[in-house]
Amino acid sequence: MPSNITRPDQQHYVAPIEETPVVAIDAVKTEGKPSNLWIDAWNDVRKRPMFWISSALIVLVVVVALFPGLFTQVPPNNDCQLANSNGGPTDGHPLGFTKQGCDIYSRIIHGTATSLSVGIIVTTLVFVLGIVFGSFAGFYGGWLDSVLSRLGDIFFSIPYILAAVVIMSVFSQYANVWVISLAIGIFAWPATARVLRAEILRVKNSDFVMASTALGVSRFRILLRHVLPNSIAPVIVITTISLAAAIVAEATLSFLGVGLPSNIMSWGNDISAAQSDLRTAPQVLILPSIALSVTVLSFILLGEVIRDALDPKARAQR
Amino acid sequence: MAGYIVRRVLQAIPVLLGTTFLIYFMVFAMPGDPIVALFGDKTPPPQVIEALRERYHLDQPFIVQYFIFLGNIFRGDLGVSFSGQPVSEVLASTFPVTLRLAALAIFFEMVAGITVGLISGLRKGGIFDASALVVSLILISLPIFVVAFVAQYIFGIQLGWFRTTVGIGAPMQDLILPALVLATISFAQISRLTRASVIDTEGQDFVRTAASKGLSRNRIVPVHILRNSLIPVVTYLAVDFGTLMVGATVTEGIFNVPGVGRTLYQAIIRGEGPTVVAFVTVMVLIYLVVNLLVDLLYAVLDPRIRYAK
Amino acid sequence: MKIKRIGVAAIALAAAGALTLSGCTSGAPSSTEGAGSSTAIITTNGSEPQNPLIPTNTNETGGSKITESIFAGLVYYDVDGAPHNDVAESIETDDSQTYTIKIKPDQKFTNGEPVDANSFVDAWNYGAALDNAQLNSYFFEGIEGFSYDENVPELPGLEVVDDTTFTVTLAQPESDFPLRLGYTAFKPLPASAFDDLEAFGENPVGNGPYMLDGEGAWKHNEKIDLVVNPDYDGPLKAVNGGLSIIFYATQEASYADLQGGNLDVLDQIPAGALSTYQSEFEGRSVNQAFSGIQTFTVPERLPHFSGEEGKLRLAALSKAIDREEITDVIFEGTRSPAHDFTAPTLDGYSEDIPGTEVLEFDPEGAAELWAEADAISPWSGSFQIGYNADGGHGPWVDAVANQLKNNLGIDASGAPYPTFAEFRTAITDRTIQTAFRTGWQADYPALYNFLGPIYGTGAGSNDGDYSNPEVDSLLDEGLAETDLDAANEKFQQVQEILFQDLPAIPLWYYNVNGAWSELVDNVQYGWNSVPLYYQVTKSE
Repeated sequence: MPSNITRPDQQHYVAPIEETPVVAIDAVKTEGKPSNLWIDAWNDVRKRPMFWISSALIVLVVVVALFPGLFTQVPPNNDCQLANSNGGPTDGHPLGFTKQGCDIYSRIIHGTATSLSVGIIVTTLVFVLGIVFGSFAGFYGGWLDSVLSRLGDIFFSIPYILAAVVIMSVFSQYANVWVISLAIGIFAWPATARVLRAEILRVKNSDFVMASTALGVSRFRILLRHVLPNSIAPVIVITTISLAAAIVAEATLSFLGVGLPSNIMSWGNDISAAQSDLRTAPQVLILPSIALSVTVLSFILLGEVIRDALDPKARAQR
Repeated sequence: MAGYIVRRVLQAIPVLLGTTFLIYFMVFAMPGDPIVALFGDKTPPPQVIEALRERYHLDQPFIVQYFIFLGNIFRGDLGVSFSGQPVSEVLASTFPVTLRLAALAIFFEMVAGITVGLISGLRKGGIFDASALVVSLILISLPIFVVAFVAQYIFGIQLGWFRTTVGIGAPMQDLILPALVLATISFAQISRLTRASVIDTEGQDFVRTAASKGLSRNRIVPVHILRNSLIPVVTYLAVDFGTLMVGATVTEGIFNVPGVGRTLYQAIIRGEGPTVVAFVTVMVLIYLVVNLLVDLLYAVLDPRIRYAK
Repeated sequence: MKIKRIGVAAIALAAAGALTLSGCTSGAPSSTEGAGSSTAIITTNGSEPQNPLIPTNTNETGGSKITESIFAGLVYYDVDGAPHNDVAESIETDDSQTYTIKIKPDQKFTNGEPVDANSFVDAWNYGAALDNAQLNSYFFEGIEGFSYDENVPELPGLEVVDDTTFTVTLAQPESDFPLRLGYTAFKPLPASAFDDLEAFGENPVGNGPYMLDGEGAWKHNEKIDLVVNPDYDGPLKAVNGGLSIIFYATQEASYADLQGGNLDVLDQIPAGALSTYQSEFEGRSVNQAFSGIQTFTVPERLPHFSGEEGKLRLAALSKAIDREEITDVIFEGTRSPAHDFTAPTLDGYSEDIPGTEVLEFDPEGAAELWAEADAISPWSGSFQIGYNADGGHGPWVDAVANQLKNNLGIDASGAPYPTFAEFRTAITDRTIQTAFRTGWQADYPALYNFLGPIYGTGAGSNDGDYSNPEVDSLLDEGLAETDLDAANEKFQQVQEILFQDLPAIPLWYYNVNGAWSELVDNVQYGWNSVPLYYQVTKSE
């Protein structure tokens, strides 16, 4: 158990023991740069192998998404022959063929961009809206909380399938990644906002917040510097998982018939198209699911590392 | 406290108005004429379409339709579905079913998610933690329809442990399998949230204080760690309850549950505005109540949280 | 046209599957008559009716499965689609324009009211009147005095002669009018129905082989219970105790229930089980043709599809599609490649009509025709086929698009519409800017039903706005023939022209795919894919 000593300007976390030499504990360093939560986090994070592994995976996925041509020469949508339907691997087609006789490997590679974009756009949307609404509602309370929370209630109670049907229908001429991301994300943020709000309600009564208030730090600054970093952990957990949920939601929308048209390649589309042959040709469904899992795993691990780094108490324990 | 509750109840009014308006607008904005769809692949004579549009007030401008609807609601008349059934009856027959299904699913994901999350959090980095991550990863990487089909095939058809679909009257034992399937969606969220929260709480001063007081681990874990880790989890469960009330479309379809998700989806697809709005209105009410209860629960879980200044 | 569409139909390939004409009916009805119990209730699949249960307002399979069971019409169709008298004693005409219909005496509705000439005439008048806006009103449009422009409460063409006789006068001769009389729209209604049709639609009173099991037998979104009507003594008299029609939102759920032993008779097989159901239900399954066809339509108004260029391109598209391969791979042999514009179960059907070779797969010929058209005006853009994404059409549209791409070297793809309503509205408004899927399931078993309503100038379902005076006059001549064979000859001549013009490109015929449990016997599927429930026996 590390010693539980705090510095006056940083009540909100306990500095790791190795950064705080015992001899210096009693002295407050007044020269030198005040340490910063984000810099500390970076210093912590870069020492971890998990950070580099997950980052490498994400970089790989991003490169695949941006330059699919580097990984396969087979066109994903041309030369689909029904004669190859659900066929196994052959020369030049390492993963076999879909029901329509298209090359699975090529479709996974070319579908990366769509699926990754859907995941990232939705996650960003949810993250940003969730943080703005959740933190203001929780921190300021009162009428602002009422307005923001009830707005969230309105958005949340709209079934996302209705939203998807409407949005996909209205914009059917431009059924693309942005539209479907909007359809998935626009009504999903209240969940994040509510969780963050709850966490902030808890954190804002902490001693360090009161101390900051007593020191005359401005409200907004307290929110940004002290409350938010200490409340963000659950949001990061939800966000990293909702990246997966968004990619999968695209598949579910395809399954219900309101997804992207089949000439836009995406993992979700392929997973949904393969479901009818789940029993006779499961590999057609499992292969894109694996691509999805690996992508999601790398984001979850990265989220985990970041969450750990931002949480000084957890960091202190190691 | 009472003042706070009264204020929250009053807030329901603008929320209801806002939601019904938004929903009505969305149904209205849906391209396609529901009347034309009634004729299948056959093209109806325009005069018959006109007559039918008149009957369902579809010939009126949007805002007029909305106020006709609103006026009827105040008179307690929710309208009639295309099949001639009063919408109030549709609500009365579907909501109890979905309510039971959602409650069961919440129960499963709560028990499994919190247990797994607690153990993973307490033994962070261990074998259990890693396996829990892998399992939840598999579950979230598979769309719900895949999980549902596989579960139905294995447990319903092959093993015969459960009825393949939900029987007439939706008895509780038939709802177990679809509830388990639904629980898999949020299991990952709940267990990861609990885990993160437990790790967070473990580092808190009061836990250390408790430990230094000499309290046993068996007491610290449930009383100090778990209780203080529950706020985000409880919030998420409440949110999820809302999702399950309307979002169970696919699962209800596969297991033929005569509930809200399935019925609402059909109403949406068929463009039955009044039915959709009625459903969502009840949905908002449930959601508002649940959120109020959760907000009150915060104060119980963490005495530092206070309302009604 | 019955609409076969189920709720979360995205999960399901709409309608039934297919079989080859050689008839792979794997489960011929066994001759164990009388082995079952006369009180056993048969459970079967259905879907929540979309409209109140009034025959003139019921046009989709969910509702008509029920109205067909509880109402008896003048005629019924046997398993091959041939009409026989049910309530009718005789239907006579000399000129195919005026029909004298006599009904059997002493028939009763289940509430005791008599079934007389008025029961039919009143019901038809109600169905035809514009103010009532009945979904099946167009079935009466041939009757003299019918109008879409004003409300005609009583058609002058319908005349009650006495209690058991009435006459029908048509605006012009139509030889297949008697064939239509088995359709749901022509069922009788008791006089009390008109007191409160809304309430009647909830608890209908009929004269058919079955009746509702008391008030509230219709449990919305769950099921409807029917029991045998003891007063019915016609040719469709039931040998079981009743029907329990369970409403399913998805085909998968109904199939899972058959597998799980919770269902007796099923008349739809989900896409995922098409390859396996016949072995899984060995000797208890069916894969046989019924009267339906899948086509797609390329409206003439699209650029590059009018005039000589259009004809060349249409023929090229048709020849570039390997129907055999798609029906084999995508449908697992549960559809049959089309050879004409109608359906193989119909009287007068032929697969050797001159011109039918345009439906045969010929990639080289297709590419040549396409090049010829390019010489007139070079092709540009992408060829798309619109479809509703909530009906399970995606896989075959994609397969067709891929073949067009591979064999014509053009860009081709499906263009999904999220909902059926949006898709049909775009077609009805003529706002759709692509080719689109079309299809037809027979209202009544006659060639004309597949031609007149679709390819006649200005006809109700002529979604491609096809117009050819030669076709119109041949259709009229065919209708005026009093002899069915002579009429069918005219209709085949119509098809010869259609093969030249290709106002729609025929793809394949629908099959009925079904299976049943070990408990039931004597299961046969009718010409319209609905099981002949009255003859199903069940052991207890």
